[in-house]
Amino acid sequence: MAANRNKSRFPGLIARAIGIIAMVAIGVTMLYPLLWMLGTAVKTTDPALLLKEGAGASIFPDGENIFQNLFPPVWHWENFVEVFRVSEFGRYYLNSAIIAVGVTIGQLVTSSLAAYAFARLKFPGSEKIFFFYLATLMVPASVTLIPLFIIMSRLGLTDSYFVLMIPPMFGAYGTFMLRQFFKGIPEELEEAACIDGCNAFGRFVHVILPLSGPALATLGIFTFLGNWQSFLYPLVMVSDDRYKTIPLGLLDFVDLNSANWPLLMAASVWSILPIIAVFLLGQRFFVSGVRLGGVKG
Amino acid sequence: MQQKPLTPWLFLGPSLLGFLAFTLVPIVMSFALAFCAWDLFRPPRWVGLDNFYHLLGFSLREHPGLSPALAFVLAASCLALGVLSAWKLRGGWRTLSPILLAGASVVILLQVLEPVNERFWYFMGNTFYLLLGLPISMACSLGLAVLLNQALPLRNLFRLAFFLPSIVGGVGVYLLWKWIFNTDFGLINMVISMVYPPGGPAWLESVAWAKNAIIIMNIWAMAGGANMILYLAALQNVDTTLYEAARIDGAGRWQQFLAITWPMVSPTTAFILTMGIIGGFQGGFDAAYVMTRGGPAGATTTLSYFIFENGFRHFYMGRAAAASWILFLMVFTLTLVNWKWMAKRVNY
Repeated sequence: MAANRNKSRFPGLIARAIGIIAMVAIGVTMLYPLLWMLGTAVKTTDPALLLKEGAGASIFPDGENIFQNLFPPVWHWENFVEVFRVSEFGRYYLNSAIIAVGVTIGQLVTSSLAAYAFARLKFPGSEKIFFFYLATLMVPASVTLIPLFIIMSRLGLTDSYFVLMIPPMFGAYGTFMLRQFFKGIPEELEEAACIDGCNAFGRFVHVILPLSGPALATLGIFTFLGNWQSFLYPLVMVSDDRYKTIPLGLLDFVDLNSANWPLLMAASVWSILPIIAVFLLGQRFFVSGVRLGGVKG
Repeated sequence: MQQKPLTPWLFLGPSLLGFLAFTLVPIVMSFALAFCAWDLFRPPRWVGLDNFYHLLGFSLREHPGLSPALAFVLAASCLALGVLSAWKLRGGWRTLSPILLAGASVVILLQVLEPVNERFWYFMGNTFYLLLGLPISMACSLGLAVLLNQALPLRNLFRLAFFLPSIVGGVGVYLLWKWIFNTDFGLINMVISMVYPPGGPAWLESVAWAKNAIIIMNIWAMAGGANMILYLAALQNVDTTLYEAARIDGAGRWQQFLAITWPMVSPTTAFILTMGIIGGFQGGFDAAYVMTRGGPAGATTTLSYFIFENGFRHFYMGRAAAASWILFLMVFTLTLVNWKWMAKRVNY
């Protein structure tokens, strides 16, 4: 567009060059902290090894050029294994995976069903109930957290998969987002597909769901990521090591290995690896997700 | 389409049950709890507005020259004048003078009143301070979006690179930033000492710099994220003939930005600002807990951190519930004010 028109002209070329240089500079700045994380994770704190490997191997480069020392001369991949040896990290990993996947499935099922009821079915009070759903979106999580903790501890349900998986499944946001999406599907499609008059559940399964792939994928990805990184909620609800998730495990890790930055960073890399994997697999849904979420008033 | 009367409730059932049990009931309970004192061990005790008084209240204090009664009269007359001026005056003074007079009455009142809980006001101030990062990160988002909106090679790749920091989050990334802000060996201070030998501040260990460190981290995390994508979408909807017309009239790039781009993306700006304030007010817990434990000396304690401390460390359940409702009211009012203010200025 603007740049194309200027292509033949000299000032346009300069503008393009400046644009590209700016993008590279910003991109490097944005990604540098993550590279630094990886670089620290493969360094060592073992004094004997440091002497052998020479300058730049240490995480404490002491006045040397830090841009040369981003990565050490010898990469200590064994740090990534060490993480699992010195703590219950495998257990935390499994817990996080079970909980994030479970919550995601539950969230998709319950909120898509409810969203269909709000979008298509007629029943008394539907608008009032939907308004209640919306109103609670404004209430901060800390308002509900305290009573929820009291209820769960009175029922003896803290330190359980139940408390980590069931309450987070029910977010009003997912219902709201899917309802908006379902509303956008033409009603005639449902009528045409079910000319012999199949029931509401049939229409939901055979017409609405197949057309809602992107919306469901988007909600699923955001739910998964949100629960993978969820911190305050499990921190309050869990004290038993057996139920700890990655974020809580990482925190214990800090207490045990406070100055061992390579090991800490190796554990941190492990914690963000699934996020990056999900991000790379589902890139296109992030853009659509932002637009779905950003319904302008 | 025919429909049995029970059908909708079967669809709604699971979600509604969860909503009642895990959202609505806790909200009602929390509201009741805000008027109680409860440490979980002894039975809860009704204390009325006591919790709110201990968080937001003021008590009288001695002042050598000013008696409380006189101060109240002065403050009240300032307020009355303010209302009068908003009603009678025209032009810029119409907004300015009520604000000035309201400020004056607050100053007068603070001579004879002192907050019961000074720390709570300090934590509230911290929460507001951290919100200062929002306009900066929004400006960065818009800048990145303008950059990406040009026909430059590899821009999808760059969009991905800018987006990545916003999606990796959680404790791992806070630990990374704790390491980056390390006073002696962190990335930032090493870069600073390369260009400025005395070196950088103690960041997370310094009362003055800890909040700034968290703001810098938030800008890194937010600039290229959802906000940038929203701005990019808004920019792509701007009619390119507008720019052409402006160019023919001899407008430079900066003038084009001010006259066309900025007004055209203003609905997006309003949306991002509103959502950012809502999110920012509730946030700050995770980062503070992992990086500083709310310190040093409470410098990074936000409202949400205060609620956690009171509820789950000291078991002041009622106090914590009251604080969470104060948080809700602040989010609610700010959102309303923001929408009213924006409705006048945004070009839809």
